[in-house]
Amino acid sequence: MGRLSSALAELRNYPSAIIGLGIIAFLVGLAVYTVVVIPYDDALDKWRGGDQWRLYPVNASPVWSDRLLGGQAPETKVVSSRDAEIEREAFEGGERLSIPLRVDFQAGDFPSEMTVFFDADGHEREPFARLVWRTPDGREMPLGGSRISRQDRMSISQDRALEQRLGLVPHIGLLATPDSEPGDARVQTGEYELTLDVIVFEENADFEAELVLYGRVHGLAGTDHQRRDLMVALMWGTPVALAFGLLAAVGTTITTLIIAATGVWFGGWVDATIQRLTEVNMILPLLPILVMVGTLYSTSIWLMLGVVVALGIFSAGIKMYRAMLLPIRQAPYIEAARAYGAGNTRIILRYMIPRILPVLIPTFVTLIPTFVFLEASLAVLGLGDPVLPTWGKVLNDAQSESALYSQYYYWVLSPAFLLMLTGLGFAMLGFALDRIFNPRLRTL
Amino acid sequence: MSQAASTATAAAGQSLVEVRDLRTWFELRQWGFMRLGSVKAVDGVSFALQRGESVAFVGESGCGKSSLARTLLGLHQPTEGDVVFEGQSMARLGRRAMRDYRARVGYVQQDPFGALPPFLDVRRILAEPLKVHGIGRSERERRIRAVLEEVRLSPADDYLRKFPHMLSGGQQQRVVIARALILEPSLLIADEPVSMLDASVRVEILNLLRGIQQRRELTLAFITHDLSTVRHFADRIFVMYAGRIVETAAVQELLDHPQHPYTQALLAALADPDPDNALDLREVPGGEAPSLLNPPPGCRFHPRCPKHMPGVCDIEDPPDFEPRPGHLSACLLHR
Repeated sequence: MGRLSSALAELRNYPSAIIGLGIIAFLVGLAVYTVVVIPYDDALDKWRGGDQWRLYPVNASPVWSDRLLGGQAPETKVVSSRDAEIEREAFEGGERLSIPLRVDFQAGDFPSEMTVFFDADGHEREPFARLVWRTPDGREMPLGGSRISRQDRMSISQDRALEQRLGLVPHIGLLATPDSEPGDARVQTGEYELTLDVIVFEENADFEAELVLYGRVHGLAGTDHQRRDLMVALMWGTPVALAFGLLAAVGTTITTLIIAATGVWFGGWVDATIQRLTEVNMILPLLPILVMVGTLYSTSIWLMLGVVVALGIFSAGIKMYRAMLLPIRQAPYIEAARAYGAGNTRIILRYMIPRILPVLIPTFVTLIPTFVFLEASLAVLGLGDPVLPTWGKVLNDAQSESALYSQYYYWVLSPAFLLMLTGLGFAMLGFALDRIFNPRLRTL
Repeated sequence: MSQAASTATAAAGQSLVEVRDLRTWFELRQWGFMRLGSVKAVDGVSFALQRGESVAFVGESGCGKSSLARTLLGLHQPTEGDVVFEGQSMARLGRRAMRDYRARVGYVQQDPFGALPPFLDVRRILAEPLKVHGIGRSERERRIRAVLEEVRLSPADDYLRKFPHMLSGGQQQRVVIARALILEPSLLIADEPVSMLDASVRVEILNLLRGIQQRRELTLAFITHDLSTVRHFADRIFVMYAGRIVETAAVQELLDHPQHPYTQALLAALADPDPDNALDLREVPGGEAPSLLNPPPGCRFHPRCPKHMPGVCDIEDPPDFEPRPGHLSACLLHR
């Protein structure tokens, strides 16, 4: 295909093609990287949510967006008893532990939440813990005590009694300067200490504790309402979007092309049937049908892909391809091919379709993002794949959690940005290809 | 030529192709089902071609010569009649046999650029017919090189990787001829092979075809509207008019003693290179070629014929007469 390779070489003269190719290369690279770093099962498991995300904050913005706006919001700090110097004091029938959990807090804003996790495995009688909070300026605040069951947590933020006492939400009140008033609290920076006085009724039994000061910012992408790191969905959305777009575009273009060529070649009732089917199919609304399938049957992305391709087979493209193929059917080289004995299949696949393929490449490239958007639209409508993390599903979550009213802009903007980037990359390449393969456009 | 003297029926025994009362009609329909009638492109043609013979079909545009060629190639189904090729009737060929038949008949078209797929290079263009007929890779390569040498595109390596648009018109036509020859046919049908070429390369291409025909002992059926080129490249001439053959004879005989008024008119219309005659006006039959949808009754030429006999030519369909030995003419004047 000399014409094809020379056309591709010509791409170098189009800056938009270079940029488009760069964007596509970035997305493909990201997709490959994602699939390698977060295997499929892993991604599904992560996106299912649950306890694996317990150390992540709820609805934290990306770090860079806060820093860019000059903020100093804290990131999540986790202090574990494993790193603390534990004082042990044995007594009859048990042991008394004093665990100091020290945290150096230097951020410009309060944490979003404060929780202590306990892990007390192998105890016949539940241990008892008493918590004391020490501020950098030496104030001591008892946080109460409780029996600790095997996997326990103590949500300090939700301690109503403490809130009453402090006059502020605990995770603010505990870190505020002493003269803080509600609505005008300032952070006191410095080293805080949470001392756990634990009475364990057995020897050699494990007791571990973790103090978590949840941040207000997290990572590159932030987190959602289920504490999930949005990076998982943003990264995994890339291979899903590219695969969906590419497969749908390939599936519809190739089948449509073959059917159009078959109709043109055989003519007569074959052509008439294909034309009527196309006309019927053209007035069928794609989105409502997909919504129906999704509602009544399944929202699996592969089923959606199948329906999109199935409805795309007899799409309006047939009319366009037919118009392009009709003069080719009469070309003398086709007649020559018949004269030397080429069969119908060979004529359709080897002589008719290759003739119009170059013209279709730009259309094909610009078709890919439309299917990416379709998949995202379906997800936003709540018909996204039930298990796969995709950009559209992030948008869907953001919408159902009213992200924009709560000013969680990152939640909407980052998947939207990736969607637009995809569209932009393919469009820039497609338009450049269009100018190369359809030179008449160049004068416009 | 001695074979030329024999009539179509007498030569049936050793002839390569025998065409019997062939009719190729194209149905005209409206709304897909209403029949408006048929275009009788080929309407009752019989002849026989001998092995190693070069014949020319001559006639004006629309006389059915290209339809006849396409019917011989199996591109159109004959409506009636039969083509017998090497003793086998084409009407009864199955798919397999039809493919074999197509390997035995080569086709050279008029427009060399259109006849070559623009997206394939010369090597692939020539390999395609061989692939269709299941010939292996090394044999393909050997044959491609041999046939390129034969059409004088040498060295072959200079041309194998070229795409049609990189070749001149003459070179393109050589590739077309090479493709027609690559399956080693015994009949080569050339439909106006030089009419789209530059005058400068016409003779080259015609000489090439003639040389190949003689070397390979091919039967060459040469279709043209140009009587002037026929003299050097054909043994026999068939003159066609309105879907029929009106006159058949050996070249020299026909050019020297045209019998049918249509042939006489065709020859009279030929350009005369003598400058003294530059201002002479010639009598050319008036009117236009008849409609093939409703051909005139009787002799199809009678509305334009200067010698037409009212009451005879417009009623009676003329059979073939033999006014001179080996010279057939379908005109009632010979009766």
